[in-house]
Amino acid sequence: MTGKRTLPTGAHFMSGDIACAEGAIAAGCRFFGGYPITPATEIAEHLSERMPEFGGIYIQMEDEIASIAAVLGASYTGLKAMTATSGPGFSLMQENIGLAVMTETPCVIVDIMRGGPSTGQPTLPGQQDVMQAKWGSHGDYGIIALSPSSVQEMFNLTIEAFNLSETYRVPTLLMGDEIVAHMWEKVVIPPASETRIVNRKKPNVSPSEYAPFMPEDDLVPPMACFGEGYHFHATGLTHDERGYPRTQDSEVQTRLVRRLCEKISKNADKIIKVEDVMLKDADVVVVAYGIVARAALSAVRKAREAGIKAGLLRLITLWPFPERHVARIAKKAKAIVVPEMNCGQVVHEVERAAKKIPVAFLSKLGEDPHTPQEILDVIERCV
Amino acid sequence: MVQEMAHPFEKYLRSAMMPHIWCPGCGNGIVLNCFIHALDELQKDLDKLVVVSGIGCIGRTAGYTNADSFHTTHGRAIAFATGVKLANPELEVTIISGDGDLFAIGGNHFIHAARRNIGLKVICANNFNYGMTGGQQGPTTPLETSTTTTPYGNIEHPFNLVHLAAASGATYVARWTTLHVRRLTQSIKRMLQKDGFCFLEVVSPCPEIFGRRNKMRTGLDMMEWFRRASVVENFSDPSRAEITPERIVVGEFVNIEKTSYERLLYEKIAQINEKAMGW
Repeated sequence: MTGKRTLPTGAHFMSGDIACAEGAIAAGCRFFGGYPITPATEIAEHLSERMPEFGGIYIQMEDEIASIAAVLGASYTGLKAMTATSGPGFSLMQENIGLAVMTETPCVIVDIMRGGPSTGQPTLPGQQDVMQAKWGSHGDYGIIALSPSSVQEMFNLTIEAFNLSETYRVPTLLMGDEIVAHMWEKVVIPPASETRIVNRKKPNVSPSEYAPFMPEDDLVPPMACFGEGYHFHATGLTHDERGYPRTQDSEVQTRLVRRLCEKISKNADKIIKVEDVMLKDADVVVVAYGIVARAALSAVRKAREAGIKAGLLRLITLWPFPERHVARIAKKAKAIVVPEMNCGQVVHEVERAAKKIPVAFLSKLGEDPHTPQEILDVIERCV
Repeated sequence: MVQEMAHPFEKYLRSAMMPHIWCPGCGNGIVLNCFIHALDELQKDLDKLVVVSGIGCIGRTAGYTNADSFHTTHGRAIAFATGVKLANPELEVTIISGDGDLFAIGGNHFIHAARRNIGLKVICANNFNYGMTGGQQGPTTPLETSTTTTPYGNIEHPFNLVHLAAASGATYVARWTTLHVRRLTQSIKRMLQKDGFCFLEVVSPCPEIFGRRNKMRTGLDMMEWFRRASVVENFSDPSRAEITPERIVVGEFVNIEKTSYERLLYEKIAQINEKAMGW
């Protein structure tokens, strides 16, 4: 396919939603199915213009349930596929996120978080969907969720989300927020040759030998696609390695569900990314993610200026939860501060991992995220 | 010496998944049989066939067909298939599902896929109730019939599926009963040779779950109803084709030419890139 007009290498000025859309194209995404919703709409708008230039498909579906279903269908033909939404649409997608987990369908779901519950605050930021990202669909499963803190990361982590999704055959969630989505910042586009792109493993056996859900050592099965002559079946029912329904067999159910969880948990160290800022000698560590981490960084710097040994652990990966990193800082630090734009979600994971040291929670709802001063005040109280 | 012979249609079936789950007297086997006959008569390339189903008894058809197949969540077969067809228009994407799956929980996807004219071939086995869950009322349950959730008789008006499909923009709309196997097979063949969104309703017996509550205890009783009530009226007004105990209008209702969504889409992509894509 011709006419590719990739963004020139170098610095650009763009919004987070546009950076996400460009990141998808750079990652090789060639199918977008979505439904308009604030504050994610600009991702769809931008891709409706850009996808055809790459021979890719843009379609506005009739709702978010259809959007995620179409994304799964496209992924099973071999295309990298994505949808983008916000809280209400994310809720509608949950059942088919479970189908993607069960059928091990690589796909990326962008959730630009706004204030909830229900219709909530369409134009304001939130971090209220973090637990939903892990637990939103029924049943037990592992999933990957990433949290961008900048427009640059909306670009970078969209690519990373596709790479992880293709590697582990799991839906991967990019959990942005209204500010990183609508904010305009500098984005540096690297040369295509320096961008790491991962594609799903293909089977190297004949169709008669192919079992679509037979895992390899990394617990991930190679994936054939529709139209390649493998004649395979996939179902949301509990299935054996051939993909055949085995709904009455407790052994098959145990083996399948444990693997769906363990292919993420046992690869967690390879998946998880965090950013350490001034942690070596830190007495007080702020654990933050998304746009809130920007204010937290500022607060930590101000604390250092005031002579307080503060540090920041920025969570880039939210799920699987970076508990080893929290446990690591908890060995040295005297207190942890967790600011979040919700009533307390990640803080519970931090408390679980930190075990003995005190964890101060700073909740913010309904407007702008925490100011650096608000976080600094809590840091000072912890010393 | 007796030689074991392979069934002539064995290559179309995933025999390792047999026996099937369907009850004696069920029409689903007839639907699958006619589908396979149509594939065979057209010598369809099974490598390019994708069968998608939703939830319900007929939803197991995808698994029984020896092609690439996908068994979606309840109601989402058409939405999933839309992604398949647009991502790879060379694939023949057929949806075989039930009346509850396609027209209750999945109704929105049906009307929009028909409106867009996505080149999907939808076969609906209409058995008038939710068979798999034990016989509850659904969107096609006839007035006054008894189901496990309408013990005093159904007061909801059923959908007239062929009217709905025609009004939503389908390029091909037909209805047959499982009694009309030759014409049913012929209709599937026509669908498989057309470009846009095609819909076939197969009125199908469910004696074990629906029939026995409505004075049709066996498959034969239900087929007898189809024989008695069926009237072939090709290209009649689908708005006048409601199914009643006295009258089941069958035939082809719509067969028009309209450029499919995916053809328009790929033409547009080619124009944007100023070069033909040649699929």
